[in-house]
Amino acid sequence: MAERSFAKEVQSLRLTEGAEFEGEGILAVTKALLQSGVGYVGGYQGAPVSHLMDVLADASLILSELGVRFESSASEATAAAMLAASVNYPIRGAVTWKSTVGTNVASDALSNLASAGVIGGALIVLGEDYGEGASIMQERTHAFAMKSQMWLLDPRPNLPCIVQAVEQGFELSEASNSPVMLMLRIRACHVVGRFRAKNNRPPPFTLQQAMDHPSRTFEKIILPPSTYAQERAKIEKRWPAAVKFIRERKLNEHFGMDNPSDVGIVLQGGLYNTVLRALERLGLADVFGESQIPLYVLNVTYPLVPEEFTAFAAGKQAILIIEEGQPEFIEQAASLFLRQADVQTRIVGKGPLPMAGEYTGAVVIAGIRQFLSEFGRLPVPAIALVPAALLARNVPVRPSGLCTGCPERPLFASMKLLAREMGPMQISADIGCHSFSTLPPFDLGGTIMGYGLGAAGGASFNVPNPRRALSMMGDGGFWHNGLTSGIGNAVFNRHDGVTIIVDNGYSAATGGQYIPSSSAEIKGRRAKNRIEAAVRGVGVEWVRTLHTYDMKQTMSTLREALLTKFTGPKIVIAQGECQLNRTRREAPAINKRIGDGERVVRQRFGIDAEVCTGDHSCIRLSGCPSLTLKTNPDPLRRDPVAQVDNSCVGCGVCGEVAHAAVLCPSFYRADVIVNPTAWDRVKARLRSAVISLLA
Amino acid sequence: MTIAALGGQGGGVVTDWLVLAARKAGYFVQATSVPGVAQRTGATIYYLEFFARADAGEGREPVMALMPNPGDVDIVVASEWMEAGRAINRGLVTPERTTLIASTHRDYTIGEKMALGEGRASSRELFEIATAHAAKLIGFDMVKVADASGGRISAVILGSIAGANVLPWGIEEYHHAIKQSGLGVEASLASFEAGRQASIDAKAKPLTAAAWPSDHGSIDPSDYTLEAVPTRLRARIVDQFPASMRDLLGMGAARLSDYQDDAYTATFLDRIEEILGVDAAKLSDPRLTVSTARALALWMSFEDVMRVAQLKTRSGRIERIRREVRANPGDLVNVREFVKPRVEEICGTLPAGLGVRLMASAAARRMLARCTAGRRISTSTVSGFLLLRCISALRRFRRGTLRFKVENERIEAWLGQIKSIAPRDYDLAVELAECQTLVKGYGDTHERGWSSFSQISELALKLVGDPQSAARLRILREAALSDDNGVQLTRAIAQLAA
Repeated sequence: MAERSFAKEVQSLRLTEGAEFEGEGILAVTKALLQSGVGYVGGYQGAPVSHLMDVLADASLILSELGVRFESSASEATAAAMLAASVNYPIRGAVTWKSTVGTNVASDALSNLASAGVIGGALIVLGEDYGEGASIMQERTHAFAMKSQMWLLDPRPNLPCIVQAVEQGFELSEASNSPVMLMLRIRACHVVGRFRAKNNRPPPFTLQQAMDHPSRTFEKIILPPSTYAQERAKIEKRWPAAVKFIRERKLNEHFGMDNPSDVGIVLQGGLYNTVLRALERLGLADVFGESQIPLYVLNVTYPLVPEEFTAFAAGKQAILIIEEGQPEFIEQAASLFLRQADVQTRIVGKGPLPMAGEYTGAVVIAGIRQFLSEFGRLPVPAIALVPAALLARNVPVRPSGLCTGCPERPLFASMKLLAREMGPMQISADIGCHSFSTLPPFDLGGTIMGYGLGAAGGASFNVPNPRRALSMMGDGGFWHNGLTSGIGNAVFNRHDGVTIIVDNGYSAATGGQYIPSSSAEIKGRRAKNRIEAAVRGVGVEWVRTLHTYDMKQTMSTLREALLTKFTGPKIVIAQGECQLNRTRREAPAINKRIGDGERVVRQRFGIDAEVCTGDHSCIRLSGCPSLTLKTNPDPLRRDPVAQVDNSCVGCGVCGEVAHAAVLCPSFYRADVIVNPTAWDRVKARLRSAVISLLA
Repeated sequence: MTIAALGGQGGGVVTDWLVLAARKAGYFVQATSVPGVAQRTGATIYYLEFFARADAGEGREPVMALMPNPGDVDIVVASEWMEAGRAINRGLVTPERTTLIASTHRDYTIGEKMALGEGRASSRELFEIATAHAAKLIGFDMVKVADASGGRISAVILGSIAGANVLPWGIEEYHHAIKQSGLGVEASLASFEAGRQASIDAKAKPLTAAAWPSDHGSIDPSDYTLEAVPTRLRARIVDQFPASMRDLLGMGAARLSDYQDDAYTATFLDRIEEILGVDAAKLSDPRLTVSTARALALWMSFEDVMRVAQLKTRSGRIERIRREVRANPGDLVNVREFVKPRVEEICGTLPAGLGVRLMASAAARRMLARCTAGRRISTSTVSGFLLLRCISALRRFRRGTLRFKVENERIEAWLGQIKSIAPRDYDLAVELAECQTLVKGYGDTHERGWSSFSQISELALKLVGDPQSAARLRILREAALSDDNGVQLTRAIAQLAA
């Protein structure tokens, strides 16, 4: 069960011709896919398109009614390879993932897909995780489009344009026999807006038909000499076909062309709203997008259309190219176009605009202003911007951290204690919630090499040494590729290190999607595949499974793994169900029982402020959001004392830490008995009677 | 408008409500957000733009931005005090047009919480910056209001926006939005109303710096007054010490009489009297005596096993716990204590001679170690309470214990140093008195603190006469408090030597 349910929202996927659709960008994309007669859909979750996978999962009924096959793929590579169905059959397929990380994983299949070419439209919906809120390294998807000759759509970020881009993407793909990537920036994925719906279309050619009438052509196989022919086809047929389609169907747009101006602005479609707002602030456009400066909006950022560039630039003194990210591919290409056409217009881009970093409103305003003033379009009113980082000292950073009650907390606390005992350790971290082990207060793990690559990231540290290297991996990454890239590799190469597999039962960091080892009964899928069986299956002999909340067991198991005489990979499966998902499952049931007057024991931790001396060593070992500070009630003391606030879920880690670390006696656990039985009450009355005598 | 919330506070819900309300009121609305990993306890930003359909005219729609631009934002809502600061940092709050609605409660960041001492950012300084940057500042504790109204903070946030009355529509639209979204409507409506009222009141009666008596929060020295001190001792405090010190000494005396007995308190006052004797500033502003008195009262009431047992069996504790864990009248509450005395603590409670011998014998330590496995004592059961009560009662023999012997010697040595330094270097002596704050906590934490303290107090003697002595000692103390493995202190000491 995903963190967010779209059960209600997906009903809007049934909207018919002319009805007004209202909702999130991601939901709109799904509706657009159905309107385009898509035949099969797949993908892998990851912000900002996690919700797209959640929507599809919640919409599985609607999809099956239309005869659309949906699969939550094992990885982006799996999803990309799915598109093979469009190579030999006129079936439209769509897949989605987080880019550029997911595109990296998928690129083997993508290269082959792009080389073979498609006859059914193949659309790849990418959540471009760039700029504020991004959780990955900052790179561009653009380069993938260029190297494989796949086309890249970057539509204006409003629902009608995004929906249109999906429909046109399929057509472009079929017109040019090439896969098409549709990139959506973070905010576009989450933008809430409206568009006029059309009827959903069942796939005109179905997967069943394909299986009944299998077809193949040797030219589509990735083997020489076909591969040489395919490269030529890309250049001689597909690329020109794509450019022709883009020109004739006017996928790129022009605005404010009637205004005589010797300067113009070229921009990526995705930046349109930001640029328009900047122009409005500079008094050069109105709120309805009427720009005094001619704009050339690239809803398709690859391939570019040389004729459109030269036509737009001709007769102008200079054009500004607003292109987010680096390197400046579009600016380079444009320079070539103009030079070859001998158009003398100046091209300005990086310079007034920064080479690196997100193009926020403030950045774009500053860039346009500098460009215009350089080319004599003054006076442009200066806008007084409040100097940022004014009170950096006053505003402490707020890094992400593990949720209250997270089962990974006791694991990392145990590792920190172990490090105190055995000295610092070489740890290779991985991607997932457990990445937060690298943040305060734990500060464990020196590198993150990619999803599921924690163990692989520690592969080199396999030389005879009394101190063994540690690596971490989440269950999500494990099934994504870690089983082979990490564990299988360690077995085959006789790695003597220790790998901890964090088994919380979900792909938690991306929103709690199911994975093969999830413990739930999932309609249409088979879960409950045990991680231990899998690692034993690839030849691991030393496996221990532990429950992270038992810190004593956790520490002794890790100690054993680090010290044992056994040589070869040592796998520790650290179990503890994701607290968010558990609560979501159990809370309603518990509230019901309380409502029905059943006896329920609610546990909570607390701290005796008089006993706490305000040294905060408990916080440095736990970092739980509910373990916080309050001003010391004792006027003689100055340091704030620790306190447990009401978000405490009584997970028990405080007590475990207090014991394991021999911390301090200020912690108490309160067992609150709701709806106590008669016997409970009698006992309590007797006890308090005696105790009040003793007190 | 911009909403800066924390993961889990329901900023997304507020955004959905606003979208529904705006549409009801006949506005184009565009909303977007940047959650990313920030959903996990980090800061999250939501951004909305509204435009009246009436002003657009037939078939025309405005182009709306997907991110806030400096100078472009009418309302910034921060669901936590420091997030208001973050919004100001991002340049979103401008004096020309921005109404800043912020919850005054703090949700401390891990960096602030990890500090060995006081690491919290100053809420009061932020207040001054906020008033300077916002066209209007509406601040109140949204968490309190949410708790009082039995709802969630998200509904209170929506109410605070309605109360600010900047958005061009009324209560009906907000109510419509809450009802339409369905879940927990009644509770949400109640919290919405509470938030709206609080917002209106806050608008009428703006925040002042007085809301933060200290930099961070207010201290209430309620149960510590001179009244709590036995009459005889009270007379002595009044007669022999400057009036300015009465409350402080009252607190110390009351604490120690409770900790041990009146004789012990008398010792405390004797010691302070000696310090006052060497306090050059005794007539004007006896900083040395004040600092020493505060520190001495704490040190003399060091937390040994008996003290912990005493505090854990205080009458009225269970009532306090019931409040803390929000037990309803009908509920029963059982309390378990997490105590794990180490061999050192156990020996510490034994008669000095015996304790020393046991600590010396490896065999004895091993044997003791076996019985120091973590204990979960239930103070709600008779047996558990009785056990702690008995341990607490042992305090009448405290003066004979090993721990007392050790601490007492340390205290004497420290006081001796202060007295010897005071006449030669007053400020240095004050700094040395303040160093007591390093010795706190239990077990390893306490030992680390003591080792820092002893290193620094040793250096103090060497620093006498150095014009920068006090400042230098302060640097060392702060270094000792900046990590829990002594690295910073070692570095600072090395720099001092160089």
